[in-house]
Amino acid sequence: MPPDDAPGKNAREIPIKVLRYRSEIDREPVLQTYRVPFTDDMSVLQGLQYIKDHLDGTLSFRWSCRMAICGSCGMMIAGEPKLACMTVLRDFYPGPLTIEPLAHFPIERDLVITVGGFVKKIESIYPYLIPKTRRRLDEGEYLQTPLQLARYESFSDCINCMLCYAACPQFAENPDFIGPGAMALLQRYNGDSRDGAQNKRMELVHTDNGAWSCTAVGYCSEVCPKLVDPANAVNQNKTRSALDYFLRFLVRRADASAGSSGGAA
Amino acid sequence: MSRGRPYVRPVEPYWWAHPPYLAYTLREVTGVAVAGYALILLAGLIALARGEAHYVAWLNFLKSPWSLVLHIVLLAGLIAHVWTWFRIMPKTMPRLSLGGSIMPQTLISAAGLVLAAVTFITILLLAEWVRP
Repeated sequence: MPPDDAPGKNAREIPIKVLRYRSEIDREPVLQTYRVPFTDDMSVLQGLQYIKDHLDGTLSFRWSCRMAICGSCGMMIAGEPKLACMTVLRDFYPGPLTIEPLAHFPIERDLVITVGGFVKKIESIYPYLIPKTRRRLDEGEYLQTPLQLARYESFSDCINCMLCYAACPQFAENPDFIGPGAMALLQRYNGDSRDGAQNKRMELVHTDNGAWSCTAVGYCSEVCPKLVDPANAVNQNKTRSALDYFLRFLVRRADASAGSSGGAA
Repeated sequence: MSRGRPYVRPVEPYWWAHPPYLAYTLREVTGVAVAGYALILLAGLIALARGEAHYVAWLNFLKSPWSLVLHIVLLAGLIAHVWTWFRIMPKTMPRLSLGGSIMPQTLISAAGLVLAAVTFITILLLAEWVRP
């Protein structure tokens, strides 16, 4: 064990209650308390790593970059969705501090949640630029003004940490709701002046599991560690969906015949 | 994908009563106060159309202590609604540009709240001005 692996002798100690679920032995999740020594500079993630290294090697949790860019260590910290690496233990002294897996997701094991549903949603929204008109290499770049960039830029900052889903009561009620994170990514492309596949993506937005599941709670944007403002993405799409509905007889959609066959039978 | 037995936690039925959601709950509940005001004004309009006796009866209802209590409650609800609604408003609309950059959300909220306050005070002054 390297000498700097653990906090020194003058570290304070905080009780951390972790919601544990081991499907092979637990019928349902149970809280387990660990006493963790910590120093002022230690994050909640470092507290969990201390538990795993020194107290209980069976504890499972996801983490990777420990600097708020990989989006792996989202969990409920004292009841709020937060990145464990971006939250410090000293704020919760003297404790006890309760740590649970991200709300509204199935628990795979301990603090590890099932992410398959979210990944499927991300895949479903055509998460790549589909240019309006293809340019040949010799025609140069797809140009964009700073203002056109600003219209979608925050939506491109999403790190897929899913804190917004844990903040969303509508996702809790309806796990099929495409949700704030995937909708932010959808708007990242729909709001891009170079993109031409809005109609394709709007097919998803119009449905009951699309923008209309949202009731503008706004908590998703408050918990977002990257200030993506997913609530704005969802609600911009409500406006757009409503416009599409009312203008559908007036405006002919350019690619109406492509991709949307087999709808009304 | 998962070899275990994923555990699905039950949905918390009283999520709307927890602190992060209180502003939202307040906004949705106080929408009833806005509708209440509209209904009272609509009743006045109908009373006016039905003749003087009905209109005087409506005016007398407005002067009753019950109506005063109701109006205090509705006013409190309306103020709470205005406050919470204009705070979420910038999130519900497309990003507006101002002089080549995106308008800050706090500015949109502040503009809405100032407009609401100015309207409120103007109507109050007008009411005082036309009072017989």
